[in-house]
Amino acid sequence: MRLKKLVLGAAFAGVIGVSVPVSQAVAEDTLFVPLFTYRTGPFANSGIPIANGMHDYFKMLNARDGGIGGVKVLVQECETGYKNEKGVECYDSVKSKRPLVITPYSTGITLALIPKASVDRIPVFSMAYGLSAAAVGTDFPWIFNPPATYWDGMSIVLKYIAGKEGGLASLKGKKIGYIYFDGGYGLEPIPLLDQFAKEYGFSVTKYPVPPADMQNQSGLWLSVRRDRPDWMIMWGWGAMNPTAVQEAAKTGFAMDHFIGVWWSGSENDARPAGAGGKGYLSLNFNAVGAGYPAIKDVEKYVIAKGNSQTPKDMVGENFYNRGVMNSVIIAEAIRNAQKLTRKKVVDSADVRRGLETLTISDERWKQLGLPGFAAPIRVTCQDHNGHHAAYVQQWDGRKWVKVSDWITPMEDKVLPMLYSAANDYVSKNQPWPKRTEACDDKTL
Amino acid sequence: MLYREVGQYKTSYRADQALFPILQDRIGIAIILLLAFVGVPLTASSFTVDSILIPVLVLALAATGLNLLTGYTGLLSLGTGGFMGVGAFACYKLATLFPGVNIIVLILCSGFFAAAVGTVFGLPSLRIKGFYLAVATLAAQFFLSWCFIRIPWLYNYNVSASIEVPTKTLFGLAVTGPTSSPVTRYLIVLSIVAVLTLVAANLVRGRIGRAWMAVRDMDLAAELIGIRLYQTKLLAFAVSSFYCGVAGAMMVFLWLGNAESESFNINQSFLILFMVIIGGLGSLLGSFLGAALIWGLPIVLRAAPAHFGISIQSVTAEQISFVIVGALIIFFLIVEPYGLARLWQIGKQKLRMWPFPY
Repeated sequence: MRLKKLVLGAAFAGVIGVSVPVSQAVAEDTLFVPLFTYRTGPFANSGIPIANGMHDYFKMLNARDGGIGGVKVLVQECETGYKNEKGVECYDSVKSKRPLVITPYSTGITLALIPKASVDRIPVFSMAYGLSAAAVGTDFPWIFNPPATYWDGMSIVLKYIAGKEGGLASLKGKKIGYIYFDGGYGLEPIPLLDQFAKEYGFSVTKYPVPPADMQNQSGLWLSVRRDRPDWMIMWGWGAMNPTAVQEAAKTGFAMDHFIGVWWSGSENDARPAGAGGKGYLSLNFNAVGAGYPAIKDVEKYVIAKGNSQTPKDMVGENFYNRGVMNSVIIAEAIRNAQKLTRKKVVDSADVRRGLETLTISDERWKQLGLPGFAAPIRVTCQDHNGHHAAYVQQWDGRKWVKVSDWITPMEDKVLPMLYSAANDYVSKNQPWPKRTEACDDKTL
Repeated sequence: MLYREVGQYKTSYRADQALFPILQDRIGIAIILLLAFVGVPLTASSFTVDSILIPVLVLALAATGLNLLTGYTGLLSLGTGGFMGVGAFACYKLATLFPGVNIIVLILCSGFFAAAVGTVFGLPSLRIKGFYLAVATLAAQFFLSWCFIRIPWLYNYNVSASIEVPTKTLFGLAVTGPTSSPVTRYLIVLSIVAVLTLVAANLVRGRIGRAWMAVRDMDLAAELIGIRLYQTKLLAFAVSSFYCGVAGAMMVFLWLGNAESESFNINQSFLILFMVIIGGLGSLLGSFLGAALIWGLPIVLRAAPAHFGISIQSVTAEQISFVIVGALIIFFLIVEPYGLARLWQIGKQKLRMWPFPY
């Protein structure tokens, strides 16, 4: 017993004795891009491919081009586990190293960082997640969420459904079920959905999935079976997605009437349902597949060299490509910043300008080795989102197949809501700093 | 040699009943307080303050709250996260309803809301004990989490269902919100925690605390010697929830700056319970040690490899820390069920005899 205590005491002393190095020096001539990732926890099935895609693309740029504009990119992952406290801790741990941009990859963490980043002058890039209202650049100069907001996504879903039903007018009398992650992420689209329901005369039944019960949806799907909605729309993430698809298949819901947002459309979400998952639909704004020169380069320079955590067959999956797209936008913003400032080593304020003048045309996507990979993206000083189009894809049992054209969101419905939400946020968070950053002209 | 109370005579009951009867303890606590109030603000980096010290203090206060209930009164509760949430949401509502009121007053007031809710959910404790009570408090946890998301009034109808902390100033100094300096927030947290811990220390060694412990050790016997179970148990729930509520309010206002229902889920309750178990049931010191260990260990583990020049991936560090914390919990349950606080006690005993043990 005494020995045990001694060992215990020594171990404890050892653990306490290791002092925490507060900040590691970041080499002067690198571009520091921290990536907030989650490879653990109940959201890992969504988080891993995205983390791999983001990380691999930067590694490829370093190996192929020697970085961006000749300056190496220093990538550092910080594991958040999709938890807000961890995310804030990650932010505090990288803050002193002056990161160029922060990618929280969680709506909750984004919400926590929005006020902080504006004060610390570090841009937050939340690609089609986070606070939709942050698209208003005049109120949120440091926050960027291209290519589309949740509200854009919801309007695209309804446009698609209307297309199948024969026009928006024929939505009248239809029953639409909305199954969503019971948190900020899933709650955000509800006001718009309710407004559409009123306008077009369909009824909405809501099925919240509490985060603790993501893998326990059988009761919920029994209600779906009872309610018999004509369409089901899903706003899910992490373990919630595959569970919902499996349960839908089990209850015999018509899979081609079940449509998820772009965060509910990974291979990991549809595959576990086996043959039953066939026909499941989801939105997407990036292409699927590995047949792009840039992704071939990732395979050649990074994965073939054993320099990555990515399993070979993950390359080209939807969320892997989503991660690549995330990094492409950051890299383009850094390139823009370098052009704008004529400096090679840019800082976070420069990257904010780079993001604000971001334009990725079809031509530019081609130059990047990703022809037709995504819709052209354009961010401006006032509009930090762009409200770009998305398409619908369908699971054929083995892979995703594009089944619709690019569908543009209903900006006339989304924008008024966006401005009122931004006003609401600002008025509730007084004193909110006024925008002092000047706008760059768009002629790059 | 250094730590020996020989020669320290007490000539009055007052001296004998002092909080720290031994001179060395008084010096020790003075040094700790001096370091915490003066040393840290002067030297620590903003990361240390923001990500280590503030969280540890806030979690330690929540653990103290749970310890009063579970460790001192013997009532197992899994609703800690929910009670912290009550404090947080109450503080948020109070801050919007009374924007002019001093934020520290609001934080302390929100504790009373948590106390009221805690008392209500403590009612079953009069009838049921042990695991059954744990299940009843678990129900409280789920019910409260449900409220935090299903009652939009609580989060002022924000679309994102999260509460954001507005910037509040005190004597012209920003104390909450993104512009406040970590050191300011740290000093406020430290002051609140220090005062409340002092209150707790005096509570547990007085009449109330003795009644709690009597109930813990055998409630039938306690009833026979004239302790009213009804009031005693409910008081334990109220005081415990007050502490948790204040911790929750501080967590949102002085630490994270933003929260949603998810921040106060069942995992939070378990985390606090682990802190109490590892730290030591029925010990205030244990609450602090437990909070420091559970919160600090993953950070140390993440930073340690880089410290020694080894680079491991962030996810590997996270997984290792899961394994180590899990192993530590099992280890403590087997080897030292009374937790870190007991280790400190053993150490103290050894120090007394050092260097001539017999």
